[in-house]
Amino acid sequence: MRAAWKPLMLVCAVALATGCSSMGKKSEGDVAIEDHGMGTGTDMTQGIGVGSGTFNGMSIDDPNSPLAQRVIYFEFDSSEVRPADRDVLTNHAAYLRENPQAAIVLEGHGDERGSREYNIGLGERRAQTVRQILELQGVGPQQLSTVSYGEEKPAVDGHDESAWSQNRRVELIYPGR
Amino acid sequence: MTRLLHSLLLGLTLGLWGAAAQAVLTIEISQGVEGALPIAVVPFGTQSPQAMPEDVSAIIAADLQRSGRFSPIAERDMLSRPTEASQVNYRDWRVLGVDNLIIGKIDVTGPDTYNIQFQLLDVLRGNQLTGMSVPATRAQLRRVAHYIADQIYEALTGERGAFNTRIAYVTATGSGKSKLYEMQVADSDGFGPLTIVRSKEPLMSPTWSPDAQKVAYVSFEKRRAEIYQQDLRTGSRTKLASFAGINGAPSWSPDGSRLAITLSRDGNPEIYVMRLGDNSLTRITQSPAIDTEPTWSPDGRSIVFTSDRAGGPQLYQVSASGGQAQRLTFEGSYNATADFSSDGKQIALVHRDASGQYRVAVYDMTTRRLQVISDGRLDESPSFAPNGRMIIYASQAGRGVLSVSSVDGRVGQRLKFQQGDVREPSWSPFLPR
Repeated sequence: MRAAWKPLMLVCAVALATGCSSMGKKSEGDVAIEDHGMGTGTDMTQGIGVGSGTFNGMSIDDPNSPLAQRVIYFEFDSSEVRPADRDVLTNHAAYLRENPQAAIVLEGHGDERGSREYNIGLGERRAQTVRQILELQGVGPQQLSTVSYGEEKPAVDGHDESAWSQNRRVELIYPGR
Repeated sequence: MTRLLHSLLLGLTLGLWGAAAQAVLTIEISQGVEGALPIAVVPFGTQSPQAMPEDVSAIIAADLQRSGRFSPIAERDMLSRPTEASQVNYRDWRVLGVDNLIIGKIDVTGPDTYNIQFQLLDVLRGNQLTGMSVPATRAQLRRVAHYIADQIYEALTGERGAFNTRIAYVTATGSGKSKLYEMQVADSDGFGPLTIVRSKEPLMSPTWSPDAQKVAYVSFEKRRAEIYQQDLRTGSRTKLASFAGINGAPSWSPDGSRLAITLSRDGNPEIYVMRLGDNSLTRITQSPAIDTEPTWSPDGRSIVFTSDRAGGPQLYQVSASGGQAQRLTFEGSYNATADFSSDGKQIALVHRDASGQYRVAVYDMTTRRLQVISDGRLDESPSFAPNGRMIIYASQAGRGVLSVSSVDGRVGQRLKFQQGDVREPSWSPFLPR
C-alpha cells in the first residue's frame, strides 16, 4: 500500500490545480503533496486542458490519438504509476468523462518471478491504483472494472529484465475496440 | 479428433478423464546418490518379456532410486538373475555389496491380465522381509509397480512410500490466440498424464482434496478468476467462488470439510475459510496488504499464508478461526508459497536468495531456520510428497521441466515433459489403500 499512495497524492495535486470536483478535503492541507507534485501537475494541465473541450474530436479508434496508448508499465514489486504514464491516464480520464456510457477493463499483470498467486495480488494492486487515479479525475466508478492475471498472460515471452519490464503492466481495454 | 476440435471451439472441455495426453518424458538424475543403500532389483521373470507392455521391475528400481535413499545396481553387474527365492545364491549379492534383493515374476493370466509376484530378501541374513502376489490389468501395471515400490520402501525404512500417488499440474502450449492451458493429473513419476480441464484462458493453483478424489483450482474461463472443484472420477465440477476481484489460492482443510481461499471482494486480498456444503465464508485476515496462498497445518488448527504487510512477502501463521497472525520467516526479503509437510514439522517455500535467485527452501518449524534445497534461477510452487520425504517443484527457466528433490536437497531428478510450460505441480495425498 505504501508505494500505491504516492501517485494518488500527485494526482490530487493536479486535481487541485485544475479545480477537479472530486478533490477530497483532507488533501487541501497537505503542503508536502503540493511541493512534490506541482511541477508535474503544471505540465499536465498545460497539455490537456481538462474541461475545455479539447477532447471533442479525439477518437479512441484513431491510432494517432493519445488514447491509442493503453498500457501502463511498472517497476519491480511496485504499483506506483510513473509521471509519464500519468499523462496517458489523464487523456483516458478526459475521454471517459466526456463519454460516460463508455466503460473500460483495467487488466493488471506482473512478471514471472516468484509466487504466482502473490503476483495475482500485485497485478490487482496495480489495476486498483490506475482505477483510483481515473476515479479521482472524475471517471465514474461504473465505467471501470478490474481484473488481475498476475504472471499468467505475459505480453512478452522471455526470462530477462527486458521481457519482465514489458510484462509488469496495466492494460486499459476498451471492449470491442 | 472431432472431440478435440469441439473442445477447442468451446475453449474448455470438462471431464476429459480417460483422454490420454501427450506422454512425458525422460527422467534425468541431476545429482548423485551419496549415502544411498545399495539394492538390486532383478528383472522380473516372464514367459514372454517382449509381450509385456511395461517393464515392472524397471519402474520399481526407478522409484527407489528417485527417493534418494536407495541405489539400485546396474543390471549388467548382476552375476545371476533369480526369479524366486529357491534360485538365489546369496554370495552372488554379498560380493556386490548389496544389502537387499528384490526378485519376482509375472504370469500372464489372460488377455491383458497379469499376476505379479515379488519378494524382498535380506542378503546378509538370507531371509525374506516381505513378499506379495498382486493381480493387475494391463492398464494397472504401472500403478501396481509403484504399489510394490511402496511396500519395499516401507519394509526397509519403516516409513510409508509415496510412489503410488499422483501429481496435478498446469501446462501451457502455443502462444498468442492459440495459447492453450491444460490441467493434468499424472502418476508421481510423470507418466500416464490425463487432461482434466482444457481452456484458452489461464488455469491455476491446483490443490487436492484429502481423499485424493477431487481437485480444486482457479480458472479464468469467464475472463475473471473463479474457483472450481472437480471430481476426478466423474469429471463433474462445481463453481465454488466467483466474487468481485480475486478468487484464488484454494487449499483444502485436512478433514476435507473446508477450503481456505483468497478473496479481494472487500477491497484487497484477504484469507477466507469456506465451509463446503453451504459455502459460508469466515474472514481470517484483516490487513491492507496482500494476504494470499493459505495452507493448512496438518492438525487443521492453523493456516500459514503469504503477506506483504511488513514490506515484501513473508510467511505468517494464524489460527484457522482467525485472530492475530505471527510472522514466521525473517531470512531474506521474499518468502512465499508455503506447503506443510504431513507431520507439520517443515514448510516448503519459495525464497529469494541474496543474489536475487528464486529457490525452493525448507523452513523448520522447530529451529525456525531456512535451508535452500534447489539451485535454479526461477524455481517455484514446491509441494511435499505425502510422506514428507520428497518435494516437487517447477523450474521456470527450463521449459517443460518439473524437478523432484529429496527434502535435504541432496538428491534431485528432473521430469522432462515434451512440450510447452509445465507449472504448479501439486503432489496428491496418499491414495486410499
